[in-house]
Amino acid sequence: MVDLKDKLVLALGERDGVPGPALQACAESAGAEVIYVSTQCFV
Amino acid sequence: MAAPRSGQVPVLPVIRATRFVLAHAPDLVVAGSKPRRELSRDGPALRHQVRAHLRAFEAAVVYPPHQVMLGNLAPEALREIPRPWHEHPLLGARPEGPAGGMIDEATFYAWLARADTSNLVLLDESFAERVRGALNGAKVITAGPEALRRAAAGGAEPFYDGADQIAGVVLPGHEDDESLAAPILLENLATKVTGALALRRLLDEVGGDEPVDFLLGCGEEAVGDRYQRGGGNLGKAIGEFAGVRTAGGADIKAFCAAPVHALIMAGALVASGLHRRVVVVGGGSLAKLGMKFRGHLAAGYPILEDVLAGVAIDIVADDGYSPVMPLDAATVHRIGDASAPHQMAAVLTVAPLQARGLRLSDVDRYAVELHNPDITESVGSGDVPTRNYQIIAALAVKAGEITREEMPAFVRDHGLPGFSPTQGHIPSAIPYLPHAIAGLATGALQRVQFVAKGSLFLGRMTAMADGASLLLERNPRCARGKEMN
Repeated sequence: MVDLKDKLVLALGERDGVPGPALQACAESAGAEVIYVSTQCFV
Repeated sequence: MAAPRSGQVPVLPVIRATRFVLAHAPDLVVAGSKPRRELSRDGPALRHQVRAHLRAFEAAVVYPPHQVMLGNLAPEALREIPRPWHEHPLLGARPEGPAGGMIDEATFYAWLARADTSNLVLLDESFAERVRGALNGAKVITAGPEALRRAAAGGAEPFYDGADQIAGVVLPGHEDDESLAAPILLENLATKVTGALALRRLLDEVGGDEPVDFLLGCGEEAVGDRYQRGGGNLGKAIGEFAGVRTAGGADIKAFCAAPVHALIMAGALVASGLHRRVVVVGGGSLAKLGMKFRGHLAAGYPILEDVLAGVAIDIVADDGYSPVMPLDAATVHRIGDASAPHQMAAVLTVAPLQARGLRLSDVDRYAVELHNPDITESVGSGDVPTRNYQIIAALAVKAGEITREEMPAFVRDHGLPGFSPTQGHIPSAIPYLPHAIAGLATGALQRVQFVAKGSLFLGRMTAMADGASLLLERNPRCARGKEMN
């Protein structure tokens, strides 16, 4: 388990998996600062 | 065009037929976006490696997923064929099927030259002689090898016939216009040709005596010059090249979701009485050739993304046997809808079914993003259709229709293995259309839902995704089975 409190996070999501904004919401709720968020499509 | 009449009762639209064309173009893999960038950076050694992994036309024809695209093999049959599928060719398979056909690279190049209305395609003299039959008397411009090499060095885009043989070039459309640069024109011509070949095949085989009123383009190309990049209406250009004279046209732009959006709009145009016959057309994506080539090289596979795919889908008023597209069961992902995968799936699957009093289990098959997993898994992109089916199965658990333990069975019973080439908008649900039309006509299927997604966020104008879905149902007036149309 990683403690994300006060950590800087790069949130790289995927369309058919977990999108970037969802990762951002989870990381921020755990006390992290999201400094980059992106969603990619790999097909 | 049929003039809408006051008080007219809307007719039920049906999807009558679908045709695909696969143009095998292994020598254009190096012109795909990813290979072009990486070959430019890594040089001749990588180019040699790529060339050593290109497939012959015969190998592409007997490749099981391509036979599913052509309608010669049911998608479910792929489950019985060990993977990777290229190691288990369907010997004796033909490049023709009830759902479409394949053409080889030389034939495709001949069509490129025939599709050129601006005198920008030059064919090598000896190559032109070799494909004289495919040119069928069309007037094309030819040049010698040295002239073609000079043109390529000066900004023309070459297309090859083997390692170092230039089969021809596309000249830039304007020396100061990035939107008309030669590589972009080759992309757009490739899209036009594959879309037109699919349309011609459809019209040759289905309803040839019925005029097409409107063409809806659904491809992901961007046609236009520097003042209107992506201006579009390739649908109309595809129709012209396919010999259609009766139709108008326009394009629908919605990334990979565009075909399903276009089908819904086509259905609405027919239902309203504005048009009697609408054909949704889309050509292939040259940029996506070789997109996963690194993974294929690492796995020792041939480079599997070596075909351009075109599609044409016929929408008419209820004919008494083709599957119906109830418009109250068609839906789109709205701006205010949440877009995480499970939320998107709920909007596109559960909501329209509930509105008709249906459960997820009432749908025989879901057609989702049908990318061939042999193409995507080798580069770490996973099995896209299976991931989508797992989300739908999870929604069925949430709705209390099945237990968690029954999810794998739901995925198998209501899902499909992926079989489509990674051609952008092409894999987005529609490759199952020919099989669904056949199954709904015979009664093997009663109901199929087509679910498409589009990655709007890639264009940097929004963080949103997009999606659209439609339901196809067995025609209630269908009294007897009918062969695949």
